[in-house]
Amino acid sequence: MRALPIPARLFIAGVVSVAIAVLGLAIPRVSDWGAVAVLALVVIGSEYLTLSLGRTVSGVEVSISVTAPMVIGAVFLLGPWGAAVVGAAVWLYFDRAIPLFKVLYNGAQIALSAFISGVAFQALGGTVPIDPSSFPRALVPAIGVLVVYELTNAFFVVIAISLSSRVAPARVWRGMLAGSASAYFAYNIFGLLLAVVWSAGVGPFSVVLLLVPLSVARWVFALFAREREAHEATIRSFIQAVETKDAYTRGHSERVAKASLMIGRTMSVRDDRLETLRFAGMLHDVGKLGVPTKVLQKAGKLTDEEYAAIQLHPVRGREITRELEFLGEAITAIYHHHERLDGRGYPLGLAGEDIPEFARIIAVADAFDSMTTTRTYRGARSVDEAVAELIKCKGTQFDPNMVEAMVQALANTEWQPVDTSAFFDGPQSGLPSYASDDDDPTAAEVLASHRPSAAAPRPTQDSDSDTSSRQRGEQR
Amino acid sequence: MSDQRGQLANAPRGGTALIAAAALGVIVSVAILPDQGVQQGRFALLFVLFIAIGEVFRIRMPGGRDTAPIATSLCLAYALLPAIGGVPLTYAVPQVVAVTAVGSLIGVVFRMAGRRPIPIDDLARRIIIVGCVAACFRPYLESDAVGRQTTFFVALLMTAVSLLALLLDSILAALVRAATDRAPYNQAIIDEIRAMLGINAATGATAVLTALALPSMGWIAVPIFVIPLALTQFSFRRYAHIQSTYLQTIRALSRVTEVGGYTETGHARRVSRLAVSVGIEMGLSESDVRELEYAALMHDIGQLSLEEPIPGGSTLMTSAASARTIAGLGSAVIRQTGVLDHVAEVVERQADSYYPGHGRYDDTIPVESRIIRACNDYDDLVGASLESDRMLQAVERLHMGITSEYDPAVVDTLTRIVKRRTGIL
Repeated sequence: MRALPIPARLFIAGVVSVAIAVLGLAIPRVSDWGAVAVLALVVIGSEYLTLSLGRTVSGVEVSISVTAPMVIGAVFLLGPWGAAVVGAAVWLYFDRAIPLFKVLYNGAQIALSAFISGVAFQALGGTVPIDPSSFPRALVPAIGVLVVYELTNAFFVVIAISLSSRVAPARVWRGMLAGSASAYFAYNIFGLLLAVVWSAGVGPFSVVLLLVPLSVARWVFALFAREREAHEATIRSFIQAVETKDAYTRGHSERVAKASLMIGRTMSVRDDRLETLRFAGMLHDVGKLGVPTKVLQKAGKLTDEEYAAIQLHPVRGREITRELEFLGEAITAIYHHHERLDGRGYPLGLAGEDIPEFARIIAVADAFDSMTTTRTYRGARSVDEAVAELIKCKGTQFDPNMVEAMVQALANTEWQPVDTSAFFDGPQSGLPSYASDDDDPTAAEVLASHRPSAAAPRPTQDSDSDTSSRQRGEQR
Repeated sequence: MSDQRGQLANAPRGGTALIAAAALGVIVSVAILPDQGVQQGRFALLFVLFIAIGEVFRIRMPGGRDTAPIATSLCLAYALLPAIGGVPLTYAVPQVVAVTAVGSLIGVVFRMAGRRPIPIDDLARRIIIVGCVAACFRPYLESDAVGRQTTFFVALLMTAVSLLALLLDSILAALVRAATDRAPYNQAIIDEIRAMLGINAATGATAVLTALALPSMGWIAVPIFVIPLALTQFSFRRYAHIQSTYLQTIRALSRVTEVGGYTETGHARRVSRLAVSVGIEMGLSESDVRELEYAALMHDIGQLSLEEPIPGGSTLMTSAASARTIAGLGSAVIRQTGVLDHVAEVVERQADSYYPGHGRYDDTIPVESRIIRACNDYDDLVGASLESDRMLQAVERLHMGITSEYDPAVVDTLTRIVKRRTGIL
């Protein structure tokens, strides 16, 4: 608590005090202590078994527990006072890992949300306990409770996080809650069902019946989250396996994915397409596995056949990823990421708008990362130099819109040039030559013109990379 | 495995008796229904409508099982319902079966219009279990014993009957599956119950909740109580989707060695298909079979770390030492994922001989590794060839290795499968 900003501390203290006052008024007003005890016990138990909904893009862990449905059930069965007492049961949850003020605030906000929803229920004409035979008329106050509970709960959570992390409330809302709002709403319907079945004469046994589908839903969510993470981890480690073939490209795929996302975000690409774009960036060079290692690692000039072998990697990439339905348009992006705007690229020589949007994005991200990475014949270029090169090639090699988006994104995000030479013994150990480096725009120019004789290795005088980028490279 | 199994489960072979029984039940019910007279017809129509909608929203579960939880749940609820708006519901078993069948068939028609698959097995099982529930519960309701009991007791009874019915559903499904997949019955039943436990529990509980709320709440209870089950169903679909995506990814990655010229085209897939058949027939659990499939698909991934491809990619022809090196390299790549530790172990041990010497066998080698070893060597000998002679010669050669390299149980199962393929068995 001491680390929190003063407004956050005041807000938390205020909410907790109001909740304590409400509870003080509530306790003499509760009539059905049996029902309160049953629901409160379930709430405490469920706090011990919170369900992870996985992480959001920003890495915030979103979790869901059966507390909300139980508290909402209490709103319908016991009214505002009883529901507040059930909500405050969260205070009885002990976990040393969670600071006391968090437990206090959480219990307080749930109790207050429950209380406010209970008041709303009665204001909308609901009767306590809810009468099953009053449906469908009772749907209006019932839905009202679900909406009011969700809104008050979101309000308390967003304001507390916003005050303590000094982030604008709207950003907190978008970042962590907006995506799961409908899931929360659907979960909270369980609370209504609980109350209806309970007051239809089943009593506390309805909690047992309700907990079955609730915990199944919970369990599947957990399985899903685990499987999704496993899938990600598997793709990532195979990308790393690809990169061991060509040591200079270590981390390249992840960085291209990152740069592609930067461009995509600047271009306002929709969230689900961003995910596809990220996969396209990660997998764009997967076809290099189909290129013989000795060609990738050859020093010096390449023969025409060896050029052809390298130019085949987008085709191989498509061959490998073709059946991956989840990749969608990423497959064409992998296939076309070496096309040039002027039509001199490969494999098909598409030009302009004929090149898929994601391929045009990856082309820029790919070139940018390879320029800001160490090569045998030169050190990592600075971001400014790389940007200058991108701008020089826009319109011929790159889509100007994508280049501008990259430049704009770089203005807001820091990008560190990477010195991969820290991974090798030295420049003589059979490393990829300038000639085979088709990601570098200057090299790609050579490849595009199909004149192998012009591909004389660049003089190596600029290969002494600055020490700062070397150190950063070692940290990886 | 998932899609392969799914297709097999729809094969009529094992399910014929089941479908015949269900069809007979429906015919008899529809025949005697006019004599008894349709009770509460409008209410029955409402259920027919909702069941049809539930049937349209059918899902494929992880492991390729087709199911329509909302439709099944509503059918069960209809079988359990005692009353509506204080008026007792007097319909009997034939009407329940007819409502189930008609609702399901309307849903099927919609699915046919959308050219989506129709799992007749699943429909047959639904009709049978709903019929059983109705046969247990409708006479009890008619006997007027309900009025003397508390709602709590009725709720308990409904829960017990639904759970037993869904257990019966799993057992029937397992029997069909065991017959088509040639899996041992006990393992098939365990797998089926385990795979369907979650969704069946949610389906049964929703049926009971609906049946309990409907008498006082009225028809509006049906759409309201279905919402959480729809949510659960959606989660399962998403889970099944990510699981099949995962399998697709591993299949694609298995092709990487082929594209790189390290292994023969189709080798990894043929080995995995064969290994899965052997695994199922040897009674491996479903989750073990899945890991076996992953391991079989990726068993050659270690070759990527080689400078030069082995001619033809055959690990049978290489020395035992280099086969072991490849296995080690591959398992290192797989272990790096952090989530496939057992798969990595299976890949690592695939090159080890089952009999390291002195006639003693090494049972620390996972059975999955032994299966992959034999299937890999078989495929190295046969390849994509479909010639029976070549297949039988390969099996013959594996038999010669029984005292040194291979697990005899694996080779026996493999032999049976190959002989079936050649038409000898």
